[in-house]
Amino acid sequence: MNEVEELRPVGQQTTQFIVIKLGEEQYGIDIKYIDNIVRMQHITRVPKVDDYLKGVINLRGEVIPVMSIRIKMGLEKDVETKSSRIIILKLEQQGTIGVIVDEVREVVTLENERIEKVAYDSKDEKANFLCGVGKSDGGLISLLDLNSVVLESV
Amino acid sequence: MDVSQYLEIFLDETNEHLQNLNTQILSLEQDPENMDTINEIFRAAHSLKGMAGTMGYKRMQTLTHDMENVFSEVRNGNVKVKADMIDVLFQCLDALEEYNTNIRESSDEGTNDNGALIKRLNDIMGGGSGDSPAPAQQAKAAEPAAAAGGGFVGIKLNENQQSVLSEALKQGKRVYGLTVKVQESCILKAARAFLVFKAIEETSEIIVSDPSSQDIEDEKFDLHFSLIIVSEAELNEVVTAARAVSEIEDVSGSVLNLDDVGAETTEESHAAESEEPAPAPAPAETAQPPAETQTAAPAEAAQTSAPAPAPAPAAKKTPANKPVVNRTVRVDIEKLDTLMNLVSELIIAKNSLVSASAMSGNSSQAVNEQIEYLESVTTSLHESVMKVRMVPIESTVNKFPRMVRDLQKKLGKKMELYMSGEETELDRTVVDQIGDPLMHLLRNSADHGLESAAVRKERGKPEVGSIFLDAYQDGNNVVIEVRDDGNGIDTKAVKNKAIERGVITPEQGEAMSEKEIIDLLFNAGFSTAKVVSDVSGRGVGLDVVKSMIESLSGEVEVKSKLGEGSTWTIRLPLTLAIIQALMVEIGDEKYAIALGSIQTIEDILPSDVKLVQAKEVIQLRDLVIPLIRLNEILDIPSKKDPEENLVVVVVKKGDKLAGLVVDELIGQQEIVIKSLGKYISKCKIISGATVLGDGEVALILDANSLI
Repeated sequence: MNEVEELRPVGQQTTQFIVIKLGEEQYGIDIKYIDNIVRMQHITRVPKVDDYLKGVINLRGEVIPVMSIRIKMGLEKDVETKSSRIIILKLEQQGTIGVIVDEVREVVTLENERIEKVAYDSKDEKANFLCGVGKSDGGLISLLDLNSVVLESV
Repeated sequence: MDVSQYLEIFLDETNEHLQNLNTQILSLEQDPENMDTINEIFRAAHSLKGMAGTMGYKRMQTLTHDMENVFSEVRNGNVKVKADMIDVLFQCLDALEEYNTNIRESSDEGTNDNGALIKRLNDIMGGGSGDSPAPAQQAKAAEPAAAAGGGFVGIKLNENQQSVLSEALKQGKRVYGLTVKVQESCILKAARAFLVFKAIEETSEIIVSDPSSQDIEDEKFDLHFSLIIVSEAELNEVVTAARAVSEIEDVSGSVLNLDDVGAETTEESHAAESEEPAPAPAPAETAQPPAETQTAAPAEAAQTSAPAPAPAPAAKKTPANKPVVNRTVRVDIEKLDTLMNLVSELIIAKNSLVSASAMSGNSSQAVNEQIEYLESVTTSLHESVMKVRMVPIESTVNKFPRMVRDLQKKLGKKMELYMSGEETELDRTVVDQIGDPLMHLLRNSADHGLESAAVRKERGKPEVGSIFLDAYQDGNNVVIEVRDDGNGIDTKAVKNKAIERGVITPEQGEAMSEKEIIDLLFNAGFSTAKVVSDVSGRGVGLDVVKSMIESLSGEVEVKSKLGEGSTWTIRLPLTLAIIQALMVEIGDEKYAIALGSIQTIEDILPSDVKLVQAKEVIQLRDLVIPLIRLNEILDIPSKKDPEENLVVVVVKKGDKLAGLVVDELIGQQEIVIKSLGKYISKCKIISGATVLGDGEVALILDANSLI
């Protein structure tokens, strides 16, 4: 996560995250992977795939797969509310993919030194999907490691 | 046969393969153990070799053959990838690139044998595997056949020059042929050549040179050039004068009679060939682009009193200087793709309009008429764009007769290729890519399928084996069949081989049907040939064929009868982007089924469903058709009462039928196929998705994988 971002006047390196909510917890997604945020819409189910793959949606004529981070991380099923959103990610390997989140809150800029690495803990399943914890004014933000979130489970 | 019209395709494909090889070898350098990369390199080299062979470029073929051998050893684990090996491979690629450049400029591969490279390749293999019997010699033997001899005897004269020569002979002058070799270290070859010209012109008159004086001046020659001169002086004097020029390694010459120079190949031609020093192993200097040639000519022309030698037709450059290209506008395929995408968008927009107008309910007649008009325009537009992209498969298949002829010689079998349906049209991208698989299948038929003449006679078949290549349109598909009347596939041999290779266990082998065994042939690395030849038999062929055809959304099938021959059937969709489909409803979900695969739609009473071996079937006009309940396969609760009549969509794959049970038919619609992306590639029964008029996504059922 130590990508060279634009330098601030003080020379501090920073990364911008979009803060989302899954249940009560706040998670951060590196903004450079985000292509778009769209409202919840009808998702066409695709049969015979892993249950975290919710199906496909039509995004301006393109067919985009959508997955549930909740199911992938072993949380409870998504409950669709007014604030539910689909975040469209553009990843190098997997291409474009949408993830369902409960709520999109804000954009935060974190100095890189305020990001702490998390120790790998094989017992805590959730920790495997994180690449760090950021401290912001609004509290702690678990930073998602998108590659492992999106990685196909074998 | 004139192959010049295929040059363009050949050059394009070669470039692509070379580019591919370059990237793959680079990645091999990073990761020497990666089997995928090695396989990929191997295939590219194999295809390259086949193509060069088809076009008759012997040197190129020899070099790629040896490269392929090396990869074969690497693949079998006999040789490890090392840094110096990568170096040699890259040098080989450069050499191939050079051949390619030569071919592009003069439709001739040039005279560089790259003997040193070939030797190094063989050294890498440690001489262990004997499947490349002295390819260098082979190339040597091929040399006189190729028109690019290089000696002065190879020079052809036009009438004008011939008359000058005969005039000179009548006047008692003598005609000499000279071959001059410049030292390898020489930097300004053109300048040295100029000095040689000048020295010779003091005593003689230069009639013609090879390469032309223009090319020599532009340094477009290797280390040799040849001259035919008319002189009053003795041969020795002329040769000595030429040798006096510094940095000239050797000058050889002989007295010529008029007969010698007129004919194309004389006895002496071979003698002259062998006298010549061996071609330099170092890669020849890459020829410069032919653009800037017309500048410095006058100086040369002024010096020569002979009738204008400048445009003298050097023997090897006369035919097909520019590859023959169809007299049409050539459009970048990407531009057509963009056009196609726009048409797709238009059709989606039109579909939305149709459904919006249907939703609003109170649409006026005028709106409906306009929508119908729009519909017919978009449909014709789509058809026209499709037609633009369609080309006859002729351009691809016409290189095969030549290939079969060459195979006949190589394999020592008698065979004849019969082709039909060359005018069948397919999408340009498909036509471009179908060449390789077809080539593999034909080679396969020639090598494995057909028996030798003696065996054929014994079996009461005509001595000359027949291979058929038939193409025809079948509904929304184009079918290409490769058929032979040879031995057919020996399923026992295939089974034993598969067990031997560990592809299947003996128990599995027992349980397999003939068809399943034949399908084993499409496994990677499977070949029943006992001897590795450069025709086929490395086991790259059939799995490449299958994967290439599947990447074009096609399918390949084999039918074979031992002793009577085999038929390979390739089925390709006419278009890859927009199809007519039947929309159906199952539960709450909508699915599309390609109209091309649908045979009939039936209304079946629940009591007509019978059970055969615990599977549901229906009987339809004497045919027993298995039923597939889509709601079960797709995990959707059906909305229908089990007492109601079943709606059955009968689909066809090859000659197999199946009945798909759906809840409701929605209707026929033109749909634009979108890929689901590799992220959802697990689901085999869905071949893609499409965006409906209301913006929703519907999935396209792949009838083939359901059967």
